[in-house]
Amino acid sequence: MIRVVLPAHLRTLAKVDGEVTLAVTGPVTQGSILDALETTYPTLLGTVRDHATKKRRAFIRFFACGEDFSLAPADAPLPEPIGRGTEPFLIVGAIAGG
Amino acid sequence: MSRVRVLVGTKKGAFILTSDGKRADWKVSGPHFSGWEIYHLKGSPADPDRIYASQTSGWFGQIMQRSNDGGATWEAVGNTFAYDGTPGTHKWYDGTPHPWEFKRVWHVEPSRTDPDTVFAGVEDAAMFKTTDGGKSWAELPGLRGHGSGADWQPGAGGMGLHTILIDPKDPKRMFIAISAAGVFGTNDGGTSWRPLNQGLRSEFIPDPTAEVGHCVHRIAMHPSRPNTLFMQKHWDVMRSDDGGAKWTEVSGDLPTDFGFPIDVHAHEPETIYVVPITSDSLHFPPEGKLRVYRSKSGGNTWEPLTKGLPQQDCYVNVLRDAMAVDSLDKCGVYFGTTGGQVYASADGGDHWNAIVRDLPAVYSVEVQTLP
Repeated sequence: MIRVVLPAHLRTLAKVDGEVTLAVTGPVTQGSILDALETTYPTLLGTVRDHATKKRRAFIRFFACGEDFSLAPADAPLPEPIGRGTEPFLIVGAIAGG
Repeated sequence: MSRVRVLVGTKKGAFILTSDGKRADWKVSGPHFSGWEIYHLKGSPADPDRIYASQTSGWFGQIMQRSNDGGATWEAVGNTFAYDGTPGTHKWYDGTPHPWEFKRVWHVEPSRTDPDTVFAGVEDAAMFKTTDGGKSWAELPGLRGHGSGADWQPGAGGMGLHTILIDPKDPKRMFIAISAAGVFGTNDGGTSWRPLNQGLRSEFIPDPTAEVGHCVHRIAMHPSRPNTLFMQKHWDVMRSDDGGAKWTEVSGDLPTDFGFPIDVHAHEPETIYVVPITSDSLHFPPEGKLRVYRSKSGGNTWEPLTKGLPQQDCYVNVLRDAMAVDSLDKCGVYFGTTGGQVYASADGGDHWNAIVRDLPAVYSVEVQTLP
């Protein structure tokens, strides 16, 4: 199972506590993780990436194993520990605003 | 005994205030959706316990919420607002073409007869409609597509469709207002639209009497007189007695005719309320005195209402969707400030008191009068 850490506001919206775990079929990528996330928690549709274009929202960043994958292609493979579930995939809201 | 429920949208969540018909003691519930901007929430006239809320965030985008129990519990409903077809462009601040981009829902207007039908006014300006209780939203493309859409330009706060008025006698007849495009009307439920800005004069645009381009801040209608509209424009308070075909200025003896909200007394169609603000560059009350102005003659002659409102060192603003009335006798008048106070008057504006203070900046106030 893939582990995903959501920003606090999205945890509230999805009505979950702590990490979420997702079953991902096929290669483990940003795209496949977000597909599984939105399928499991449809209230998150549009909150991490655009409904239609699937483009990452401007103030959202993705981290895995200490690296920033925000600008990586959505279909690029993520590090193996993400696929094994030993490390979480982090969805982070940028620290900005008031 | 009647009850009153006040729905307050703020910069950091929604709050629901309830009282009995005396409107003396208030219970505050919230924050709902804490940390999110709540531009607006409004209940269905057909089923008052059905409430819709626009929940937005610069980080996470647009969420729509629905309550079926008067705001005790909520469920997220559909949040896809896709413009019809190829969206095209409107004018950017510098006059260059700019692609239409959905940003947020500014205003929700439930149908008067069907709890599942709701209209949504959005930024960039367009009107959407749901007929399934918010699960899905479809644009009414005749508004942006009626001909002038490419010339619309944002106001300082964005290009939002902020007001939707539905004729109580004919639900296919609606009026909407956009900053900074102006007023538009439809007689066929939103299929076709026409600009309704004749008589407006805006010195800050290239053609002060242009058909579109006016920064209309708010329009209001008394349910018994759907041909009479009142307007708080960027500058100028206006009225129309022919369904928006022609507007005349009724600013009269106001200390300043800049402001945001305007509303109509529930039982007196010629009694209207505004909150004068110093100027377009000074968004606070003149002289630091928070004064609601009331006209009992439909404009031109105004009286300041000050009892219970701060009359020194007050530098808050009152935003366009942050004033409402109840339908009790005597009529209650309510408004919220960017300083987080919600003021109420249970006697048509003669006396005021803060029914809650120290909320986040108030974006919107709606009132439900319940049996």
